Amino acid sequence: MNETQFWTFFFIILTFGIYIIIAWRSRVKETKEFYVASQGVPTLANGAAVAADWMSAASFIGMAGLIAFLGSDGSVYLMGWTGGYVLLALLLAPYLRKWGKFTVPEFVGDRYSESVRIVAAVAAIVVSFTYVVGQMAGGGIVFSRFLGLSIEWGVVLVAVVIFIYAVLGGMKGITYTQVAQYTVLIIAYLIPAFAVAYQTTGIPVPQISYGQILAELDSLSVEFGLNEFTEAFSGRAGGQIDVFLVTLSLMLGTAGLPHVIIRFYTTKTVRGARYSAFWALFFISLLYLTAPAVGAFTKLNLLQGVQGQAPDNLPDWINTWAPTGLVTVNDDVETIGTVSNIATSGADLIVNNDILVLASPEIGGLPAPIVGLMAAGGMAAAMSTAAGLLLVISSAASHDLYFRVIKKTGASEKEQMMVGRIAMGVAILFAIWAGINPPAFVAQVVAFAFGLAAATFFPILILGIFWKKANGPGATAGMLTGLAFTGTYMIYTLEVFGTGANDHIFNVSPEGIGAIGAALNFIVIVVVSKLTAPPSEYVQEMVEEIRYPQTRKVDVRS
Amino acid sequence: MSDVAHEGTSGGPPETEDTSWRKRYWKKNLRLMITLLVIWFTVSFGFGILLIEPLNNIVILGFPLGLWFAQQGSIYVFVVLILVYALWMDKIDDEFGVSERNEEGGYK
Repeated sequence: MNETQFWTFFFIILTFGIYIIIAWRSRVKETKEFYVASQGVPTLANGAAVAADWMSAASFIGMAGLIAFLGSDGSVYLMGWTGGYVLLALLLAPYLRKWGKFTVPEFVGDRYSESVRIVAAVAAIVVSFTYVVGQMAGGGIVFSRFLGLSIEWGVVLVAVVIFIYAVLGGMKGITYTQVAQYTVLIIAYLIPAFAVAYQTTGIPVPQISYGQILAELDSLSVEFGLNEFTEAFSGRAGGQIDVFLVTLSLMLGTAGLPHVIIRFYTTKTVRGARYSAFWALFFISLLYLTAPAVGAFTKLNLLQGVQGQAPDNLPDWINTWAPTGLVTVNDDVETIGTVSNIATSGADLIVNNDILVLASPEIGGLPAPIVGLMAAGGMAAAMSTAAGLLLVISSAASHDLYFRVIKKTGASEKEQMMVGRIAMGVAILFAIWAGINPPAFVAQVVAFAFGLAAATFFPILILGIFWKKANGPGATAGMLTGLAFTGTYMIYTLEVFGTGANDHIFNVSPEGIGAIGAALNFIVIVVVSKLTAPPSEYVQEMVEEIRYPQTRKVDVRS
Repeated sequence: MSDVAHEGTSGGPPETEDTSWRKRYWKKNLRLMITLLVIWFTVSFGFGILLIEPLNNIVILGFPLGLWFAQQGSIYVFVVLILVYALWMDKIDDEFGVSERNEEGGYK
């Protein structure tokens, strides 16, 4: 075992031990604890839990590498995945908390109709499941690279730990492990970032100091056949319109994803939900503001390290990562002349986006404990998101489908808990299977889960709160239109399910189509709701009630 | 219908209670929301996408300004917007006597 492996083992065992202790201390007996942690999660803790729930293996491992190569256009992810929280905080979280039950399908079921609930439950399961597979695979990569474990064993190990705390503690166990996981992942992300910034510029604040290297990075990038980091609309093919639409799709999708929304059901009050949203974005921003700096510094170090070098004289990290197949070198050239992140580009050195963050301590020449910490951070990011998603799958399958469609009445508290736990267990088994044999289309589908969430959930939730006249037929028609339109365009432009990829219409990429799908969804809901009977008095009264934090006290400020 | 009785949602206010405050409360909420959303749109879609190219001609600390808004500035503003919303809603809640401050809330 080398030094890096020792430190990786050390941090992985330490952190997994902490998660399991937390799980044991927060085991639960009732459905209200299992699904919403008894609505007793303190604001600050919920903020940290949302942040961990939200930041997945993709945010931690993939995003900075993606931005490094996209340059300016990487902002679609930065703005898209944070701007959605403004919508969530102002338009959804306080009202859904006031309504206060267990799941997102349950809200649309109460607000619109039972059939909307079933469609929403199925959609929540599909979206969450594709997402879970990515987390499992991400965890497997970390294990195989740092510990030399096979990907299969890596996935199984991750799943067993998640199984222990999710089945034992439900939402309560997940919440408090997420708080711990946030702490681990943010420390693991920031320490190497600050160290690399200090090494490169002498100023240990990466968010500020990466400005200083941009001019140098631009000229080096051009030298190696890459686009300039600072030039707008050069990283993505679609140009300005596409950047606009992708950003909007990601924002609307963020606000509509069920695993994030349900976290706001767990606060004690509506006020708690508002402040949770603030803390959540504050904690998320610590990573998101650092990611472009990590991308820029690592890319600069990478290009400087290979500049003018022969293929057999490259920095050490290239050799350590070569066995993963994520770095490839063309041995036939005299010196490395071109660099790319695209496998088919034919460049002399091809570096996959996904290794830039995990390899950044090595690229920057940082010591072994930091490399080990990075591995623990990547695991924390993958596990915290997987657990949140598994809870959505379990609650949709048991609470929204099984007890609504199959066994409608007479389920005791004990029975509901048992079914919830079984659903969680089955979901984890599926996740293990899919994490080991990821279906070819998963990577693509994950990226488009946002577009689908934007085109289906977001409009029916917003109109459900802000327009009393929105009714069941409108919501059903709107959701199906959004889904059909967005799904069709994605299949039309992508090679999934064996279909050929067609050209983008008006430069709109499949990632950006969700914004148009959402707009269609809004229009259809409004038109159909106007043409059909308005919702019952009871439903309109419910909408009225969720708009105010609580029944007014007669003596103001008691 | 529901197996969970929650504070506030159970029954609603009695018929006799004056509910005209609700319209005013909701209006204030909407006005605040729209103001903040205009800022949200301006810094992200406005400065970070639509106006990014002209703004990039201004360079501060090495950052072209448009790029800075797209990768840093907009995120700072988002965090502040949510904080302002939570604080301002506390004020509106106090004004209308629907504050939850004594139960568990955000800032101590």
